[in-house]
Amino acid sequence: MKEFIIHYAHIILLFPLLGFIINGLVGKFLQDAFGKSICGIIASLMVCASFALSLGIFCTLSELDPRSRLFTITLFDWINVGNLHTSISFLFDPLTSVMLLIISGVGFLIHIYAIGYMHHDSSTWRFFAFFNLFIFMMLELVIADNVFLMFLGWEGVGLCSYLLIGFWYKDKANVIAGNKAFIVNRIGDLGFIIGVFLLFWAIGSQGIWTLNFAELKEYSYLLENLYLGNINVVTIICLCFFFGACGKSAQIPLYVWLPDAMAGPTPVSALIHAATMVTAGIYMVTRLSFLFILSPVALGVIAITGAVTAVFAATIGFAQNDIKKILAYSTVSQLGYMFLALGVGAFSAGIFHVMTHAFFKALLFMGAGSIILGMHHEQDITKMGGLRKKMRWTYYTFLVATIALLGIFPLSGFFSKDQILWSVFSSPYGSKSLWLLGVFGAGLTSFYMIRLVTLTFFGRHHHTDKAHDTLHEVHESPKVIIIPLVILAMLSVIGGFVGVPHIFGGSNILQVYLSPVIADAELNHYPMITEVGLMLVVFMCVLGFAYGAYYLYSRKPSRRAKLIERFSFPYKVISRKYFVDEIYQHLFVNNIMRTMRFMARFDMVVVDGLVNFAAFLTRIGAYGNSWIDKVFVDGLVNGIATVIGSLGSRLRKIQTGYIQDYVYVLFASIIFILLFRFMIA
Amino acid sequence: MIKLETFLIVSAILFSLGIYIIIARKNVIAILMGVELILNAASLNFVAFNKYSVPTSFSGQMFSVFIIVLAACEAVVAFAIVMSMYKNFKDINADSATTMKE
Repeated sequence: MKEFIIHYAHIILLFPLLGFIINGLVGKFLQDAFGKSICGIIASLMVCASFALSLGIFCTLSELDPRSRLFTITLFDWINVGNLHTSISFLFDPLTSVMLLIISGVGFLIHIYAIGYMHHDSSTWRFFAFFNLFIFMMLELVIADNVFLMFLGWEGVGLCSYLLIGFWYKDKANVIAGNKAFIVNRIGDLGFIIGVFLLFWAIGSQGIWTLNFAELKEYSYLLENLYLGNINVVTIICLCFFFGACGKSAQIPLYVWLPDAMAGPTPVSALIHAATMVTAGIYMVTRLSFLFILSPVALGVIAITGAVTAVFAATIGFAQNDIKKILAYSTVSQLGYMFLALGVGAFSAGIFHVMTHAFFKALLFMGAGSIILGMHHEQDITKMGGLRKKMRWTYYTFLVATIALLGIFPLSGFFSKDQILWSVFSSPYGSKSLWLLGVFGAGLTSFYMIRLVTLTFFGRHHHTDKAHDTLHEVHESPKVIIIPLVILAMLSVIGGFVGVPHIFGGSNILQVYLSPVIADAELNHYPMITEVGLMLVVFMCVLGFAYGAYYLYSRKPSRRAKLIERFSFPYKVISRKYFVDEIYQHLFVNNIMRTMRFMARFDMVVVDGLVNFAAFLTRIGAYGNSWIDKVFVDGLVNGIATVIGSLGSRLRKIQTGYIQDYVYVLFASIIFILLFRFMIA
Repeated sequence: MIKLETFLIVSAILFSLGIYIIIARKNVIAILMGVELILNAASLNFVAFNKYSVPTSFSGQMFSVFIIVLAACEAVVAFAIVMSMYKNFKDINADSATTMKE
């Protein structure tokens, strides 16, 4: 078994690819022949197989010696151009195995959930084909052993995201949202690929032409003192990579696509835009942590961007009414926390939060999906309320996820968020002000989540119009949806225990497991009382904001109206999302469109004019040519034929066919010859 | 004694008459008669030259006999052709047998 995994672990990619091919090619026939569930069952089985193999890989790695927990599988050469030698090869180390477990495990649960969620859709086969393709690309991204191969998966998940956001393509808004996500990601990818080029050039200038992670890590010290002008090359490279991560992981300034991406089906939001794809940026930075650790400037930029995004996105969540949009801003905010962790050098804390966030945020989205189904495709939380009694299972699981997200002991979110905040406080790269921002963000998180839960599940149904009262028709979702919710709720509860901090007598298993791969910054030492005190501060802050939200939205709604009236301008700014979309529209999109229209006109008038003029000249020339051809060339050929013909028709008259004429000529010639001869003689 | 030239002149006259008939007459049988005249002119020459150059030998006369036999054979074949020509064209005019030309 162990031997098999060490040599054939890469077949983990084969299953989702197979599912994609089956569903993509014959899914429609299967759906027509065996019912709608068959496509989902095939897809889920494929992901289940990948999950089983992920477990196998995890166990195999655990059995190895901690210092040599790593194996690579090389399939074949991929690109061999000049100094660039890239192969299709895969790297399996603790970081990879953790990511594999998250992707295939959460992915499997969401696949099952999607069987129920997509049951009424007419083309489930297309959905599951894309879903499996996504899993394939995401797995490829995390097991790639060089930057180029990683970029392949990076682009692949972007493609699947685009395809699935615009899954209901008959509605134009969905297609536009898909385009937005794709284009914004493309801007980030520009940073990524420039980073790859710079990295290749920089390390190549030191005599090592490689993009392989292991070799890059070994020789990264060569880059430390490389300068371009006054700026350290590593800083430029890291900032380029971080810009790419900003696009994929929805950080300022490229976060705008993620809220719009909620146009896709809810399982897509849960899997791609909460649990896995958006964490690709965090994975990438962690994978290249040996580079980032060389550049304190880049780390600082990452930490500040992360902290600001965490707070900024959380405030937008205050005034949104679409349940999925609120969760989307929450995702942006939580991704900000992860980057904050990376920025202070606490890479394993970032990965820890990736994991716990995958559990509870996927659960939140799936709960939201269950509510949307129960409410007959109503997403506005102001029209909900009192769902607690109608949808018991959804309510309990949603509540568990909310508490986990708030970071309340002992649910999973507590451990990961606490580790991040503690690292921010005590890391040499961190600072107290960043910590304060982080705590403030945690408070804001608790405010908008309690607001969401209060408006959705508590109180009475807000819709007073009896004619449109849908509450009595609200129904709990089927088992196929509830069971994944319950499993994820359990994971959200216990998931944090892999990273129990030292002061609770734990021995942060995850950090130890990841330590051979990730170089976490050494934390400064503080007395134990400080750590406990800070925890209490965070806890009080979270509780305070939570109570505030409960008070305003459940106990005294009248106060809320007054408050909104009083701060009407800030409220408006927040509810319009700080006008960021409008600003981008004005600054970038409009200018680009204007340039584009100008170029189009230039193309039509000048370029097309030149081409058409050239065509016109050619036609004139061709007419001349054909005239010469007809008159001279054809004339010569026909002339020769005519001359020979007329000559022949004259000559044939000699041949009379009368034997006597021939005899006459014969003897006349003889006589002539004889006379001639005698006359000469 | 008659001189050799006398024979040759008679033979030349015969030959010329034969040629003239072949060229001038349209009737196939007449043309055949012209051919006979030419053959006879030739055999007259053979006999005359044999008599004046090698009197002891008879090879000239032998040639004449062969020519006469040949002429008989030729007449047989030619008349057969004339018969079939008459059958096809209802005519024994040499000019009317022109189907080969086309």
